[in-house]
Amino acid sequence: MTVGGSGNQTKVNTRLPHLLMGVGILYFLVPLLWVVIAATKSQPDLLDSPALWFAEFNLFENIGQLFREDDGVYGKWLLNTALYSGLSALGATALAAAAGYGLARFQFMGKRLFETALLGMIMVPATALVLPTYLILAEVELVDTMWAVILPSLLSPFGAYLVRVYVDESVPVELIDAARIDRAGELRIFWQIVVPMMRPAIVTVFLFTLVATWNNYFLPLVMLSDSELYPLTVGLTTWFNLAQQEAGTRMLFNLVVTGSLLAIVPLVVAFVLLQRFWRSGASAGALK
Amino acid sequence: MTRSLPITAPAAEESPPAGPVESRSRRRSRRVTAHPVAGALFVLPFFLVVVAFLIVPLGYAFWLSLSSKSLATGVRFSGFDNYVRAFTDPLLLDGLLRVVLFGLVQIPIMLGIALAGALVLDAVTTKFALAFRLIAFMPYAVPAVVGALMWGFLYSRTFGPFADLPTLVGGDPIDFFSVSLLLVSLGNIVTWAWTGYNMIILYSALQGVPREMYEAAVIDGATPVQIALRVKVPAIKQAISLAAIFTVIGTMQFFTEPAIMARFAPQISAGYTPNLYAYNQAFAYSDFHYSAALSFALGFLVFVVAYAFVFVNRRRGGRK
Repeated sequence: MTVGGSGNQTKVNTRLPHLLMGVGILYFLVPLLWVVIAATKSQPDLLDSPALWFAEFNLFENIGQLFREDDGVYGKWLLNTALYSGLSALGATALAAAAGYGLARFQFMGKRLFETALLGMIMVPATALVLPTYLILAEVELVDTMWAVILPSLLSPFGAYLVRVYVDESVPVELIDAARIDRAGELRIFWQIVVPMMRPAIVTVFLFTLVATWNNYFLPLVMLSDSELYPLTVGLTTWFNLAQQEAGTRMLFNLVVTGSLLAIVPLVVAFVLLQRFWRSGASAGALK
Repeated sequence: MTRSLPITAPAAEESPPAGPVESRSRRRSRRVTAHPVAGALFVLPFFLVVVAFLIVPLGYAFWLSLSSKSLATGVRFSGFDNYVRAFTDPLLLDGLLRVVLFGLVQIPIMLGIALAGALVLDAVTTKFALAFRLIAFMPYAVPAVVGALMWGFLYSRTFGPFADLPTLVGGDPIDFFSVSLLLVSLGNIVTWAWTGYNMIILYSALQGVPREMYEAAVIDGATPVQIALRVKVPAIKQAISLAAIFTVIGTMQFFTEPAIMARFAPQISAGYTPNLYAYNQAFAYSDFHYSAALSFALGFLVFVVAYAFVFVNRRRGGRK
């Protein structure tokens, strides 16, 4: 957009913004470049070669070593992470979609109260719930199982709120009424008419709960003690702690770095591929 | 920092901006169809999860926090003793003060940069701007753990490129983990991770502002900078305050970065942040009663601040 001024003036005006954006790109990119470069280095090179330039190329050796260490536990962590975040995001999205639709298009007892409470639920800080949830799950002996990570991640009051707002805006009541006249069941109306119409909201909720679970550290840290069940975040930190204690003599820093890179890649790729969703999807206007 | 709540909305171009939405949804909500059983059934599964993982844990934490355990007497009811202890506990108060100070400096800097970036993106639509938008958002996809590890390596003298920079011109190496720089180093990690995310949210809000709003200003001869500051910024005030409140919620729960950085910087104590303190009370000292009180008090504090903020905001929004 060019607001005001002649074309000439606009050209001068964008020089500063471009300079600032260049600085920004450097700031956001350099740490990521460092991980990529460092992951190609052997343990000795990691310590001795210039941090932001390549040394001997050992990426594939590092990856091989990464998946062999501790009987291939890294591969398990990767699978666990994918499983936890996939199931949590699917579940949370399904629950939020149904609840959002129910709140937006139906009248029932306690609805008003629940809607008011929903806004409050959004404001309850998630980590304040982690320790109490641990104590509850310890009572029912679910601690140190995968369910201890997945079940609490199903809670997404914001997702429900978002879907409610979206349905309110973009799913016409007339359409639902028409389907009822045609004798479609409520579930069928939801699945065949409403869900396709609210796809953008569903994708947004899914994407963001996926990232939240993939990146979560506090919840699995508290819930899990069996290292076979760890997600990447907890697993990598235990490796890093080992490396620190042994000063890199046995457990190697190059594995921590290569493991970090592989933990980032899937999400960055997903975001680049799905950018049209988050680009049009992110707006704070939802929470009025 | 942990942030569980995305501030996102359905596609901006498909939903009208915040103002008219309010009145329209009011009008529509009267037209809901009355199928009480079906409606309740749609909400029921979500409701059960809310009960199991929000209401019950909070209730249990509160109940636990009302008793104490000691070797001599076992578990006994102690009323609000744990809360009295918490709010006179110098370790907790130190952590609380540290987090508040941290937020007072870091949040305005981060949101300021994010707002500036969003305004630039709104005005410049070159390929370069597109790349900037994508790259700035990337840190959001990096787990906080990995971000903290990465920066820990970057800060360190053995691995990183930055600590020894001053020695090139004969200065002393920088100790990013020293007492005086530690909060700054942590602030930089958080800023790196969340600026792009906030920028995208503010940028999307700007996209939702009707273009006609700028035309009058252009006719009056306003410069692009004047339009940005006097028209665009006020138009997305709502989005800015929401980004601010979610950042405050995140900052109050500060845990991952200090927990990871403690490996690089041993002076990060068990009570460095309130959340770290609650965690250590439970898992290092096995005092679940006191830990529950800390969790509950912290959660309640954040909840009250956040809810009041949104409430006041809504009020103000409704009046205009």
